Amino acid sequence: MTYNFDTLALHAGQVPDETFGARATPIYLTTSFVFKDSDQAAALFNMERAGHVYSRISNPTNAVLEERIAALEGGVGAIAVASGQAAMHLAIATLMGAGSHIVASRSLYGGSHNLLDYTLPRFGITTTFVDPRDLDAWRTAIRAETRLLFGETLGNPGLDVLDIPRVAALAHEHGLPLMVDSTFTTPWLMRPFDHGADLIFHSATKFLGGHGVAIGGLLVDGGSFDWDKSGKFPTLTEPYEGFHGMDFSEESTVAAFLLRARREGLRDFGACMSPMTAFQLLQGVETLPLRMERHIANTRQAVAHLVKHEAVAGVGYPELDNHPDHALAQKLLPRGAGSVFSFTLKGGRAAGRKFIEALRVFSHLANVGDAKSLVIHPASTTHFRMSDAALVAAGIHPGTIRLSIGLEDAGDLIEDLNRGLAAAAKA
Amino acid sequence: MQIEINGQAAYAYTGGKPFDASLPCVVFIHGAQNDHSVWGLQSRWFAHHGFAVLAVDLPGHGRSAGSPLPSIEDLADWIELLLERVGAGDTANFAAKTVSLVGHSMGSLTALECAFRHPARIARIAMIGTAVPMPVSDVLLGPAKDNEPKAIAMINSWSHSPRGTVGGNTVPGMWMLGAARRLMERQKPGVLHNDLAACNAYGHGMEAAAALACPALIISGSRDMMTHPKAAAKLAAVIKDVRSVSLDGAGHALMAEQPDAVLDALRAFIV
Ligand SMILES: Cc1ncc(COP(=O)(O)O)c(C=O)c1O
Repeated sequence: MTYNFDTLALHAGQVPDETFGARATPIYLTTSFVFKDSDQAAALFNMERAGHVYSRISNPTNAVLEERIAALEGGVGAIAVASGQAAMHLAIATLMGAGSHIVASRSLYGGSHNLLDYTLPRFGITTTFVDPRDLDAWRTAIRAETRLLFGETLGNPGLDVLDIPRVAALAHEHGLPLMVDSTFTTPWLMRPFDHGADLIFHSATKFLGGHGVAIGGLLVDGGSFDWDKSGKFPTLTEPYEGFHGMDFSEESTVAAFLLRARREGLRDFGACMSPMTAFQLLQGVETLPLRMERHIANTRQAVAHLVKHEAVAGVGYPELDNHPDHALAQKLLPRGAGSVFSFTLKGGRAAGRKFIEALRVFSHLANVGDAKSLVIHPASTTHFRMSDAALVAAGIHPGTIRLSIGLEDAGDLIEDLNRGLAAAAKA
Repeated sequence: MQIEINGQAAYAYTGGKPFDASLPCVVFIHGAQNDHSVWGLQSRWFAHHGFAVLAVDLPGHGRSAGSPLPSIEDLADWIELLLERVGAGDTANFAAKTVSLVGHSMGSLTALECAFRHPARIARIAMIGTAVPMPVSDVLLGPAKDNEPKAIAMINSWSHSPRGTVGGNTVPGMWMLGAARRLMERQKPGVLHNDLAACNAYGHGMEAAAALACPALIISGSRDMMTHPKAAAKLAAVIKDVRSVSLDGAGHALMAEQPDAVLDALRAFIV
């Protein structure tokens, strides 16, 4: 027998500890692990046997989190890293080097955009950004040096729904993998591997943790992509001098990517997760199904309220008929289109500021996916340097507000929104 | 390494070391719908401790070309051909038999039949997750023929113990059920039904076992629902020189669920 999602969220990856029977996952707060004898030590180093050696490479607490996320996503395994950014970097650094090229959706979290557009070119990896809704744009951007297609399951800031089945099919036609950033959807809303994606990463900092106490990232391998057949990934299909001359895809048919990422990327770049963080994130993952259900229920109420409010010019949520990806969202995201969305006030920047300042329950900060409701006004914070015209070009209006709907009482949230809307109307 | 057998490209993983025919040889034979990679945590150790390792991809599986072979007898002859081709074991010098066959499930039947048909080369066999005969019910054979995803899901759920179903993988960060499923999904259409039908049709295994001229090791999982430990016990009863090891709590996917215990049992038997 096999277990269903909600059971896996609580149990996958952990059997009660054999020494003391601890039910909760123990926090193995140790840098290193004692070898049984010299033979075992040698066998571990040479991958003749599996086990933990040093917590930069692997740790039993982290391993529970890794297995759990892999189980929830339906993948073959995962690697826990220091942050969502570290997960994205680890994936790219494992797949390619200088001279390589990425095709990415232009609707990305700012941090991902920075990495691709400004930082990686310094290391010889360049990116072409495309409108995620334009399949022809994806196709024409692919070049001989392209090694990865990348997008967010729900794009930033317009919640473009990535058409994973079609973009994945296009990627596979070209012998390329599709990686998605699943932070906004979590495996509870959608499992991208089921739709054809090959790699997934999460900023676990957000919904997976849910409590807003820990920064972390998870990189998950779907195990379906055939690196040998593609022929474009020598890091996975040719002997690696840096690790016993190992040919990773010979070593592991389905997990060559994870093997190289752990044995090279974690080892050399070192962006590992603390076992303490892994424990904290596990506490969050246990209640992911319950929390996501509530996030979505509250979001639907907030959206319904804002849509009909006279101070509101528009609401961007894929469940609304007027959202460009409405039909796609119904197909790929039947359980809900996340709990982060933007709406636009009829007033401009000034209305936005007044709205934010009047709120009491929503916290004004730069994060999403917390159990607590959050709010930000891009025109006066993340994008404050941009002119009104530049903002509009980026899909943001001077009066645009981004909400991350939390788990509070829906009535209290709506009352709070009303407070803000009343203040905005007077601006 | 690539080897040509019957005019077709075959692949065998050599455990991270070049194959050296002058060393005693251990051949690892995977089960239905699998490939060499199920042996990672057993084969690498032997390759680095004085053995020449061949963890094969059977014809039509993994990296080996061609169609899957339709019977256990054909598989056994293919293993013999492979040994001849790489020069493992010296058939002229019967006393110097140096080849050990290690098989899982369908591979365990292949090892048995190979030792039965070609006794001159085989020093010993290890049968892991085995039952002789190995009947496969229509409940599984049916979907294996016309609904492979369903058959794969059934095999995956029956192949793991209650503990393995939850996880706790020895390999950090790997989700056993997911990896097992993807590996099965990698095989070509038709392979699964071919393999299961071959297991089901293998009729004279008990005679082969009774006539076995070399020592045998049987490793069974106490929670194996695919090849029940009771069947392994019946098999052990007819083999002249046999050693049995039961792994407490393990299901059919023994090499993944208890990799160290499987390796330790193989070491004690082969080294
Ligand atoms: C969609 C998305 N991806 C990635 C990240 C980066 O994650 P982290 O902050 O954990 O590095 C974030 C953080 O805001 C995000 O919202």
